Amino acid sequence: MAKVAIKVRDLRTSYSSHVVHEHLDMDVYEGEIVGVIGPSGSGKSVLLRAIVGLKKPDCGTVEVYGENVTGLEGDELREVQTLWGIMFQDGALFSNLTVRENVMAPMREHTDLSKPFMRQLADQKIRMAGLETSAGDKFPSDLSGGMRKRAALARALALDPPILFLDEPTAGLDPITAGAFDKLVRDLQQSLSLTVFLVTHDLDTLAATCDRIVALGDKRVVAAGTMDELRAMDQPWLQEYFGGPRGRAAAAGVK
Amino acid sequence: MPTAPRYHLNVTDHRAKLVIEGDWTVHTLSAVQPELSHLEAADVQALEVDLTGVGRFDTAAAFLIDRFACVQGIDAIEVEGGSDGMRQLLTQAASLRPKPQEETPHEEPHGLVDLLERTGRTTSSLVNEVVDTLAFFGETLMSMFMALVRPTRMRWTALVAVMEDSGLDAVPIVAFLSFFVGMVIAFIGASTLSEFGATIFTVELVGIAVLREFGVVLTAVILAGRTNSAFTAQIGAMRMRQEVDAMTTLGLDPMDVLVVPRAFAMLIMTPVLTLVAMLFGIGGGAFVSWVALDINPTVFLNRIQEFVPIENFWVGMSKAPVFGMIVALVGCRQGLLVGGSVQSLGRSTTKSVVQALFSVIVIDALFAVFYMELGW
Repeated sequence: MAKVAIKVRDLRTSYSSHVVHEHLDMDVYEGEIVGVIGPSGSGKSVLLRAIVGLKKPDCGTVEVYGENVTGLEGDELREVQTLWGIMFQDGALFSNLTVRENVMAPMREHTDLSKPFMRQLADQKIRMAGLETSAGDKFPSDLSGGMRKRAALARALALDPPILFLDEPTAGLDPITAGAFDKLVRDLQQSLSLTVFLVTHDLDTLAATCDRIVALGDKRVVAAGTMDELRAMDQPWLQEYFGGPRGRAAAAGVK
Repeated sequence: MPTAPRYHLNVTDHRAKLVIEGDWTVHTLSAVQPELSHLEAADVQALEVDLTGVGRFDTAAAFLIDRFACVQGIDAIEVEGGSDGMRQLLTQAASLRPKPQEETPHEEPHGLVDLLERTGRTTSSLVNEVVDTLAFFGETLMSMFMALVRPTRMRWTALVAVMEDSGLDAVPIVAFLSFFVGMVIAFIGASTLSEFGATIFTVELVGIAVLREFGVVLTAVILAGRTNSAFTAQIGAMRMRQEVDAMTTLGLDPMDVLVVPRAFAMLIMTPVLTLVAMLFGIGGGAFVSWVALDINPTVFLNRIQEFVPIENFWVGMSKAPVFGMIVALVGCRQGLLVGGSVQSLGRSTTKSVVQALFSVIVIDALFAVFYMELGW
């Protein structure tokens, strides 16, 4: 079995009286793409936020490469933040910076490379994410949804992090763009040997990219395994999820 | 702890051999990047890279090495040692090389030409701004006229809501500030006039100053800061979230729905607020006169009635609707100009307040000249 990259144990998170997760255990192995699914409001995004430290858990631990990252602050937090890149749902690009400056932002903060090289490297990342070099001069508001996602991916990859978090990477994209984005994620994952934590609703994305799927529900992980394993499970929500017309279509698309 | 990256370059027979060691990642590259970028290997036709001694290797390092090859004009790099992943990264870097025309050096514009260009741009945008504002003024007047002709088109609820929000709710601050300004005028007047033994003329000073200028200008300034920015932010936020577009597709004219109620509300409420400001300004003056100069309030009011011509009141009041219109127009226009980004909302709000204040002061000066010529 491969090494564990992210290890979540006994996690409990809540917003005032509303408990989102309770006794949640989860493992993400190195070099795999894990898709996290679950009904709306089951805490997929909150789980992501809890792992990267944006949401403080009530109790429980999150370990990344064997190091406890819960409740870190200051320099320690900065240190572990270089381990991952995050692509937020709508990109969350800084609207007052150009795409190139967006990609350069983490480099400026965490490295002391020279400005011209940083600019060239940022351009390379932009091309890596499948955009034209000329897109680097544009502002996020001038880009289409798909391009914004790619720009956000370029920024997430700016520091070559071993772990990549993607929050709804294909939401709001047309099927062709979404398909291309899935392929991009898959290709980059292979060439950069990334560990990818992917939150999604998109069955096609799940089928096309994920090695393993983790289903959340009832405040914890209800099932984990490959798509076929999950499909075979006798769990009503999973049955409905994969058995519906969309689920069957996605499965047919892969075969 | 990562080990520092090192490299060694050997050139023999037009073949270069680059041996690299240590951890080559984005965090450590700054140690070797400047040298490697400027390294000139003359007349090299092939490059061999030895990755045997490399610890960690990422896309930034692959890019740097590929770039070195690219500068020397070498297409394919021969790789010795290293893992499959490293080779893959180098291949990927090579496949993503920028096209030659994209390699333009980044130049920061500067100097005299840039200064002239910016001056020109600013001047022409200033002219455009004035013309556009006048056009918007005309459009608003047209819509307001239509609303008067057909009162059913008027959004009465919106009108009353705006009147409350930017009129009634502004009464405390307008009253408070006017009272204090009235006090200040009285104090300054008293201390200067007492040198001539003419303290009693403080009454005329306060009366004329507050009625003619301070009441209305103070109100306009407060509205420019408070209401005008609110208009821009409200309409701008609606534009950012495409609510204005939705409105248009539903057959609602943003002019009717958003601009006309605000314009009417300001037209009605600014004179009311001005009246409040005048009353409290005189109140402030009377208070100081009573406390500091021993002028009885009754004497103060009698003297105002007797020696401050009523024209001053009308001059002040006549400016109020004009200033109200300015605030509404500038606020709404800048709001409608907001684009898709958060940045543009901030820019528009700033611009809107600046333009409104500017216009208020300039038009007040024009009024002063106008009324002086009339002899009022």
